[in-house]
Amino acid sequence: MTKQFLLDGQPVPFEDGQTILEAARKAGHYIPSLCWHQDFPPHGSCKLCIVKAAGRHVSACATPAKEGWEVESNTPEMNGERRGLLQMLFVEGNHFCPSCEKSGNCELQALGYEYEMLTPRFRHFFPERPVDASHPDMLLDFNRCIFCELCVRASRDVDGKSVFALTGRGIHKHLTVNAESGRLADTDFSKDDLAARICPVGVILPKGRGFAVPIGERTFDTETIRSKTLKEEES
Amino acid sequence: MSALPATPTAALDGILQRHGHYPTELLQILIEAQDLEGWLPAPTLTHIAQSLHIPRSRVEGVAGFYSFLYTQPVGRYRVLFSDNITDRMLGNAELMDALCRKLWIEPGKLSEDGLVSIATTSCTGLCDQGPGMLVNGRAIGQLTHRRINEIAEMIRQQRPLELWPAEYFQIGDNIRRKDSLLNLDMKPGAALAAVIELGREGWLQEVQKSNLRGRGGAGFATAVKWASARNASGEPKIIVCNADEGEPGTFKDRVLLNSYADLIFEGMTLAAWAVGASEGFLYLRGEYRYLLPQLEAVLARRREAGLLGRNILHEPCFDFDIRIHLGAGAYVCGEETALIESLEGKRGTPRIRPPFPVTKGYLGRPTVVNNVETLAKTCLIALGGGEAFAASGTAQSAGTKLLSISGDCAAPGIYEYPFGVPIARILEDCGASDTQAVQVGGAAGVCLAGYEFQRRIAYEDVPTAGAFMIFDGSRDLFDVARAFVHFFAHESCGFCTPCRVGTSLLQGFMDKLADGHGAKADLADIDWLDRLLKNASHCGLGSAAPNPVIDTLQKFRPAYERRLVSLDFEPAFDLDAALAEARQLTARDDPGAHLHTHEEEEK
Repeated sequence: MTKQFLLDGQPVPFEDGQTILEAARKAGHYIPSLCWHQDFPPHGSCKLCIVKAAGRHVSACATPAKEGWEVESNTPEMNGERRGLLQMLFVEGNHFCPSCEKSGNCELQALGYEYEMLTPRFRHFFPERPVDASHPDMLLDFNRCIFCELCVRASRDVDGKSVFALTGRGIHKHLTVNAESGRLADTDFSKDDLAARICPVGVILPKGRGFAVPIGERTFDTETIRSKTLKEEES
Repeated sequence: MSALPATPTAALDGILQRHGHYPTELLQILIEAQDLEGWLPAPTLTHIAQSLHIPRSRVEGVAGFYSFLYTQPVGRYRVLFSDNITDRMLGNAELMDALCRKLWIEPGKLSEDGLVSIATTSCTGLCDQGPGMLVNGRAIGQLTHRRINEIAEMIRQQRPLELWPAEYFQIGDNIRRKDSLLNLDMKPGAALAAVIELGREGWLQEVQKSNLRGRGGAGFATAVKWASARNASGEPKIIVCNADEGEPGTFKDRVLLNSYADLIFEGMTLAAWAVGASEGFLYLRGEYRYLLPQLEAVLARRREAGLLGRNILHEPCFDFDIRIHLGAGAYVCGEETALIESLEGKRGTPRIRPPFPVTKGYLGRPTVVNNVETLAKTCLIALGGGEAFAASGTAQSAGTKLLSISGDCAAPGIYEYPFGVPIARILEDCGASDTQAVQVGGAAGVCLAGYEFQRRIAYEDVPTAGAFMIFDGSRDLFDVARAFVHFFAHESCGFCTPCRVGTSLLQGFMDKLADGHGAKADLADIDWLDRLLKNASHCGLGSAAPNPVIDTLQKFRPAYERRLVSLDFEPAFDLDAALAEARQLTARDDPGAHLHTHEEEEK
């Protein structure tokens, strides 16, 4: 007999070792995420996948499912916390969606719509984060970084280059590249790296291509992130 | 690639050599490399990365994480004022201002000749003899205007630190009340001989009988932790002593390290015997680096005496040795998984748990992380037996607790009490009067108001890692909470969204209230942030960060309410303040250059 837990009252089957997030998505239930990626171990930093399991808040991406657990996810309380976390991510960086090439393909923006984020709520931090346009093929716009470390992990664990790393601490934490000059052009980064196409927001962008797909016809303009994620899970 | 001057490269290579070119030694290498020039120039980081065969980005990531590592030039005299609330109560801001004026520099900036830089740092553990400071890593306490004058003069004369008056660097123990631990006069090796007699299993049983619980605050049963590590697979097993005493207001480990080091190292060895561990680390916070030479001397003496190394006390198969690793100014490294990351030479980011360190810790090996005081206490159990230890204290909190007492009282210092002692009794003993509140357990702890002074120090009532800060009737508890909020915002590692952004937002709200722009809506936002931090944070730092605000909002609400200018909404943005830069640029400060003067005229 397969084991199962209850997600918002509905039974979700799981296998030993599966996390709450994996089991839920497999069963057709959406739990949001930004830093989670199926090809990498759980990271647990964005906290958007936060759920209440047996009364305790946990990251669904990093918590192995347990038989008989009652898990709350799609509730006003949890969605309210997610909206708050999204607002935090928006105000700590400089996110100007209307002028961003990633608009419509950006997961942060899509989640803002999904969780009905109508205002930034908190004061903007307006950090100073210079753009790095030194590389011939790729552009780095640090203003939009949400510290999911997907580029860090992809470059280190798949590309074998460690082009990206985080430095600084706390609210001053920031992305850096593997060169004494601090310029992307002085690293061995290539547009064919996995790290070049894994950013869920608009930090790492190809040069020489702008608005090839008009706004209004982009991924999340035609489909919500919830339904896209669940469709991908099925295929 | 820019070349390094010849001498530093040779010295740098010497450091790399001494650390065997192990990437796990990266933090230690960076700390020592920084001694060469006072900071870490970019070519130094490149050279270290190349020598260790690791990406430069990793080296930069680590160098950027720790407060005491500098990737920008700092002064040849690097002055850091301790900025705990107790330092603030003793006037550290005024003293720092005085020193800055005498040396003609601004806080946080480097003087043009590169001579001196002055800034603040989190609590340096000198609360019983504050205000405190660190000059090039050396601790100085009891700062007065007179001392500040002398320090300014010596810096101007560029007098080497070794020639500064020796009494500046004397850090007293200030032990005021001794009980079983501080009265223990043990011959080094006596506890070890006793447990070898008992055998590993018998010794673990004694620890179990003692009901010893972790003195770091969480109170986990020591015997359970040791047994889990012993039963876990993986070799070699590791014992870590957590001497990253960063909780504001705590300094009892400083005293144990200074005057009871043998008890600590013996305790680590006792743990190794129970667990079957062969490697030990003492993780010493960077603020206590001045204790390093004497601690190394104790280790050398113990090796000489056969109390460390191979076949300890001639017992076959009992091999254990201890290395000291330095921290570099990161409170979060007191969290055990962040500490382990730091030991591995990485950024101090807490890990996802499970797995817990007892099964997968340092380099994936079973690892026991114990507090300094916990390990010292195991000597008492080894010598007197578990039952005798369990007989003191309360049913759920066996033994004694060291308290670091500071703030508004006649006799700050170290007090050892059996668990169960009421707050009121402690206040009487240390000569506190007109006490308004006590912050027990540091910034992450609990703020107790007068009506709670009959409560007791114990895991089941008021648990504490040892900090005990006293505030009398003249203090404003809002300022206290605000100081702690600033502390957490500065110390957040930045890994998870709620803590990274939430602690900064909370700081913003507290500053808004302090600046006289508070509204009732802010209190609702503060309340919401408190809950999100508590619920959603990745580790204990984030979930404890709102504690000082939650407590003071509940118990001292008027301190907040009298700062509200509106019951509805008030913007944080201050139009007049935003014009300050324009006034500075135009060298104007006349009434016409201020907005509110215009408003008043119109009225």
